[in-house]
Amino acid sequence: MSSISFPRAGALARLGSLRIPVRPGTAVPLLIVLLVTVAAIAPGVLTHRSPTAIDIEHTLLPPSLSHPFGTDDAGRDLYTRVVYGARESLGIGLGATGLAMSIALLLGFIAGLAGGLVDVVINRILEVAFAFPVLLLALLLIAIYGPSLTTEIVAVGIGSAPGYARMVRGQVLNVRKAAYVEAAAALGHRRHAVVRRHLFPNAMRPLVAMITLGVGQSIVWASGLAFLGLGVAPPSPEWGALLDYGREYITTSWWLEIMPGLVIVLVALSVTALGRTLQHRLEGAAR
Amino acid sequence: MSQVAEATVPVASRRPAARPSARTARLILVKIVSAILVLVAAASVTFFAQLLVPGSRAVAILNQQTGRAQLWTPAQLAPVNHEFGFDKPLIVQYLDYVGGLFRGNLGTSYTQYRPVTQVIGAELLPSLELTAASLVAAWVLAIAAILLTAKRGRFFSALGSTWEALTASLPTYWVGVVLLVVFAVEIRIFPVIGGTSAWGTVLPVLTLAIPLAGFLGQVTRDEFEKVLDQPFITTARTRGMGDTAVRLKHALRHSVLPAITLSGWAMGALISGAVIAENVYGRPGIGQVLVNAVNTRDVPTVSGIVLVVAGVYVIANLLVDIAYALVDPRLRAS
Amino acid sequence: MTEVAVTEQIAVDTATGTPLLTVANLRVSFGETEVVKGISFTARLGRCLAIVGESGSGKSVTARTLVGLTGPGSQVHADKIDLAGADLTRQSERSWRAIRGRQIGFILQDALVSLDQLRRVGDEVAEPLKLHGWGTRASRSRKAVELLSSVGVPEPEVKARQRPYELSGGLRQRALIASAIALDPKLIVADEPTTALDVTIQAQVLDLLAESKAGGTSIILISHDLSVVARLADEVIVMRAGEVVEHGTAHQVLHQPRHEYTRALLDAIPSEHTRGTRLVPAAAAPGGTTPPYPPAKPDVSEKVVPRTRKAIDRDRPVLQARNITQVFRGPDKVDRAVVDDVSFELFAGETLGIVGESGSGKTTSARIVLALLRPTSGDVLLHGQQWSALSLAQRQPLRKQIGVIYQDPLSYFDPRWPVGRILTDALSTGKRPPSSSAEARARAIRLLEQVGLGEQHLASAPLRLSGGQRQRVSIARALAPEPEVIVCDEPVSALDVSIQAQVLDLLTGLQDELGVGYLFISHDLGVIHHMSDRILVMKDGRVVESGTADEVFERPQDPYTQRLLTALPRLAQAS
Repeated sequence: MSSISFPRAGALARLGSLRIPVRPGTAVPLLIVLLVTVAAIAPGVLTHRSPTAIDIEHTLLPPSLSHPFGTDDAGRDLYTRVVYGARESLGIGLGATGLAMSIALLLGFIAGLAGGLVDVVINRILEVAFAFPVLLLALLLIAIYGPSLTTEIVAVGIGSAPGYARMVRGQVLNVRKAAYVEAAAALGHRRHAVVRRHLFPNAMRPLVAMITLGVGQSIVWASGLAFLGLGVAPPSPEWGALLDYGREYITTSWWLEIMPGLVIVLVALSVTALGRTLQHRLEGAAR
Repeated sequence: MSQVAEATVPVASRRPAARPSARTARLILVKIVSAILVLVAAASVTFFAQLLVPGSRAVAILNQQTGRAQLWTPAQLAPVNHEFGFDKPLIVQYLDYVGGLFRGNLGTSYTQYRPVTQVIGAELLPSLELTAASLVAAWVLAIAAILLTAKRGRFFSALGSTWEALTASLPTYWVGVVLLVVFAVEIRIFPVIGGTSAWGTVLPVLTLAIPLAGFLGQVTRDEFEKVLDQPFITTARTRGMGDTAVRLKHALRHSVLPAITLSGWAMGALISGAVIAENVYGRPGIGQVLVNAVNTRDVPTVSGIVLVVAGVYVIANLLVDIAYALVDPRLRAS
Repeated sequence: MTEVAVTEQIAVDTATGTPLLTVANLRVSFGETEVVKGISFTARLGRCLAIVGESGSGKSVTARTLVGLTGPGSQVHADKIDLAGADLTRQSERSWRAIRGRQIGFILQDALVSLDQLRRVGDEVAEPLKLHGWGTRASRSRKAVELLSSVGVPEPEVKARQRPYELSGGLRQRALIASAIALDPKLIVADEPTTALDVTIQAQVLDLLAESKAGGTSIILISHDLSVVARLADEVIVMRAGEVVEHGTAHQVLHQPRHEYTRALLDAIPSEHTRGTRLVPAAAAPGGTTPPYPPAKPDVSEKVVPRTRKAIDRDRPVLQARNITQVFRGPDKVDRAVVDDVSFELFAGETLGIVGESGSGKTTSARIVLALLRPTSGDVLLHGQQWSALSLAQRQPLRKQIGVIYQDPLSYFDPRWPVGRILTDALSTGKRPPSSSAEARARAIRLLEQVGLGEQHLASAPLRLSGGQRQRVSIARALAPEPEVIVCDEPVSALDVSIQAQVLDLLTGLQDELGVGYLFISHDLGVIHHMSDRILVMKDGRVVESGTADEVFERPQDPYTQRLLTALPRLAQAS
């Protein structure tokens, strides 16, 4: 019925104009995210050592050329452990974000679209949910179920969902009262067609930024839990576990704490920055 | 759209806000009731969370006590069930729990066999002090950064917003560790273990304040730059007002509104951060209590702390709502 | 052209009044672009100098340069800018602060955004006093009340303690003026002071400024509205794209323009004189982003291009509104009738104009007619059949018979869609949905050509089009389903005069060609008179007057209509 050639051309044009310019602002985050992805998929590419290789003669060495991040008290190369920890840490981040986004999209869309009593009820639920900071909710769940990978993912996922749900709901509400939605109705489109063609695509637009923000934040929260000693059990090279491990060495061998933390921070920042850039590109091309 | 807005406030009936105190008082009452309901709901959540303990609660308690997990006989479980009141009907337990909250009773610790309120006890105060000081510090840092760098040329603006973007995403533990290592271990300005002394509180406060300042700053900066483009700012300049005065007297008031709203949420986030900061600096507070409780699976204590935090969050939001209405009188009309 | 409307005393041709501000060869650029290319003028005490132009003409930049607020990144050069001996090209920021507000007063448009909404009106009015060290807090308060009273604000003590949003539009603007004249500056620069105001309020504000002028103040008036200028100005400068194209006394410029652009601008103003004709000479090509000037040589016969109308069938009304009433409950729990017992009929091929000020209920009536709003009572018939009382599902297939165009079309386009998709989407809802994408594309191109655009616009994003082009796309979209009636809600209010003329010509051309009827809503009496066959005048939700265009404008019965017409600033068009 309606033309198909234009949307396709339009979409291709949008993708084409997504050429991300190689400026330092975008190149550095992109590089870091690529490195982390490689580390998660094929750690052997980035390091030749093993994360569990003990070397008693080279314990607690500060960073140097042969050990870029130094070694721990069992002589294990910290850099290698960080690289091998990427998979688990990213996994936690993606898992928790996946859970959070699913909940957020579901609640946000239902509340925004249904309006009325449903919206009020969901809003109240979110209000109560906000009273529980992510970290504390996670601690509560860990106190009940004990520390484990699943608990961590579920805790961070459920805890961060309300924030995103609010964002989604806000966006849906904004689009709902947008003038072009009314114009579509005035043209004679049926309600489900308006939702499908206008509401949904426009409401989903900030999604990219939200997801990347979520991944970055989830990694940070999960590692925060591990820092308190409540994360995944050692000797996992998961980044948060490395943080927990390095705590007692803060005053003596600072690199054991700072380096994994630095990696976490860089990854979180890069993912978020990349998401924002992608978001701007998508919006810029469409506008 | 303007039709409706204009028609609903016809010129004839426009008069100075009639008896604003009565209307505002009613508004505040509604908000207080609302806040109490949210607390009750939060309490219900923690109550039902406690029921989620795998196996029965008595089993979990005994496991923890004796350090081993085994099949306990009903005879062994009965005294535990009775002592903690698990044998009463669920609805009674629930009402006891929620009712107890209003009497200052947060339940009994599974591991220490004494009221949770005692367990938390005096540890709450240092944490609250830390949190409050951090909020104030965060505001000061954020506003200073904005006044100095917003719309002052490309370099400064970019500097300001990049700084905020960076610091807003920094995890608390990392900032804490870095500050500790740099300023306490390497350059010995501050003590490594500061306790609750004023000097020893500086680093923990900065640890919490810097990321929050970044976050509040981002939000306020956006508003601030938008506000500076508004015509009423130009009007002020045409009257002969200087740039600094324009920023302070006109623009600031308009731009802090979103950040004020966020301050309520920020209190909750700050307390979680305080838990971590206390851990990093070995500072007394509920952080220690909380981590211990989690490690020993002492669910009532953890719930209790979570509820106290929820309470702080709800009260903070209430105060924010009221402050908001005072800053922006347009809201008082609705 | 035709008759002469009554205007005020025509200014004397020779320069009188002491010179106050002399500007010689002012040039302003932002980076590489020069936005003011050498303007010179002298503002005199007791006289008003008007600078007229459309958007991009450089008039606002000139105004702001006079108070040193040109903006960041600007370079200002002038041979001379002299304010009673002070050299304004050599001022530091600090010395500007002494001049602004004290020597020169500045009035911006729309007090709703030009006053600080969070501060009391009294404080805003007293601010210049405080900044220049005048009096004490108590005496400043008193002075603020005095000032408000002098500009005609009733109950000034009460109003001074209120905030701007609590005052009506007219009172707000007066308060804005009060703050500009607080220190009795000898020069006032007013940048579009009456835009966004209702006609009657506009007249009051202009009277205020005239009073100031009579008191010896020199006024520099910036405006795009030639009729507003006619009421107040003694001397007029016409700017276009940074250059001065005309400069003379008000009488010369407005009645005997020398430059083609000025002439075209004057011709483009819709009014009773232009009814039944095209505003833009036929030789001018439509479309594009720049006005197609200079037009053909000024030849009277070529300029007046009459319309060729189809006959209007008065037996079959397309739309009938019968006693529609819409009641809203305001935040103070009081019910108000936004639309109160309104009835009218619209026939195919004719234009029914609805005119009223803000709050008159005209937009709400339009929404009821479009069935976007269900009336509290009364109903609307479409082709004699029930329309407003239908269910959503029943109404859907009938929607193609009524189209709509809006004042700000951009927000009514899905921001992700290019023009082509907007049009093919509209075609798919119409009477003959295209059966293939090739047909859809071909018809979209035809629509674009009908509205004066071209195939190259299919892939354009509406954001990148000019205001006039967007409105053309909006019209194309409204036409796509082949409706019998189009509701036009302030379609040209946001456009420059020359673009407005093109769009109005497009609408009348389409009506002549397709026989489509228009429900045309506007606050602009000139536009309404130009476009309408019959007119409804609305006030506070009720129809206070109705009749043919000539009847309403020449023999108005209702006192409100009469007031509206008297307040209308008229441009005398003598040939």
